[in-house]
Parts: sequence; C-alpha cells; structure tokens
Amino acid sequence: MLSHFSAVILFSLFVSVVFGITQRSQPRQMLIYGARCFGLFALSAIVLSWLMMLLHR
Amino acid sequence: MTTKNAKDAVTPRFEYDALLLGWLVPGAGHLLCRKPVRAALLFVSITSLFVLGLLMQGKLYSSAADLLDILGLAGDLGNGVLFFISKLAGLGTLPVQVTTADYGTRFVVVAGLLNFMAAVDAHNLRIGRKAA
Repeated sequence: MLSHFSAVILFSLFVSVVFGITQRSQPRQMLIYGARCFGLFALSAIVLSWLMMLLHR
Repeated sequence: MTTKNAKDAVTPRFEYDALLLGWLVPGAGHLLCRKPVRAALLFVSITSLFVLGLLMQGKLYSSAADLLDILGLAGDLGNGVLFFISKLAGLGTLPVQVTTADYGTRFVVVAGLLNFMAAVDAHNLRIGRKAA
C-alpha cells in the first residue's frame, strides 16, 4: 500500500511528465520543464506538510 | 512554444483524428503524429495514474446529480476507453469508504484531465500549430 508521501511523489512524477510533453516543444525544454515541475510539486508537498504539522501543534 | 510551422504540418483528411484517438487511448494521438516516445510516456503516465486511482479504491463518477458530480464525471470521461472499460467491468467504488479512496478519486479525475491536455497537444501537432 502506498504511503501519503509515495502517493504524492508518484502523482508529481506522472503529472510532470505530461506537463513537460504538452507545454514545451523541444525534448530538452520538455525535460527541464518536467524536472522543474516535479521538483516544485515535491518541495511544496514537503513544505506544506511541515507547515500543517506546525500549525496543528 | 507553439509556433505555426506550415511546412511541418500534415494535412490529414479529417483533422480531428489525433484529438479523438488521443482522447480514446492515452498517447495514441501522439503515435499518429509519429512521436512514439512521447506517446509511450503519456500512455504510461496517464494509465498509471488511472490504475493507481482504482487500486486506492477511487470512485468512478457515473451520475450528474449535482455540479461537483458533473465536474467529476467530465474529468473521468477524459480517460476515454479506460473509463468505459472500467465502468463495464464494475471497477471503482461508489461511496468513498476509506481515506485513500479520496486520493484515488482525485488520481482518476486528474488522469482524465491530463489526457484531455495530451489529446489537445496531439491535435496541435497534427495541424501544425505546435512545432514538431
């Protein structure tokens, strides 16, 4: 069974692949854009998780 | 990003073929535009999101009772053949009973919306609106 974090990472990965392919026209640009999207997805998930934990205290 | 390139444009008889095929089968529109790597990546990504959603006991929308249901159904319909086969096979839970089912439902809806994006991208490639 997937944990919350692994579900977020898989979601980010698949969505970033589609974003990269559909939003850019050159393969190199696609790779950079997809990697940037993935990084931002993962980073926001981590930052928001910490924020929610701190707010919950 | 989306430059008009008349030279690279293919002039198909029916210009919406990539859009329709791409909607029915994830990545098929790109395959029609002779982009096999992109097609494979799209197929794997969208199908994986859809299957993971179902494995998390996600809900498949079937009714249009209220606005949220209509929006959910519109998203689910984006999955094309995957949605219809799953619906016929009786997959997907109707009421959300476990915590992960809520995530699963979102996975399925997002897979459909991404497939819409991929189909439109294939259409743009096909008519030459997007540089190949």
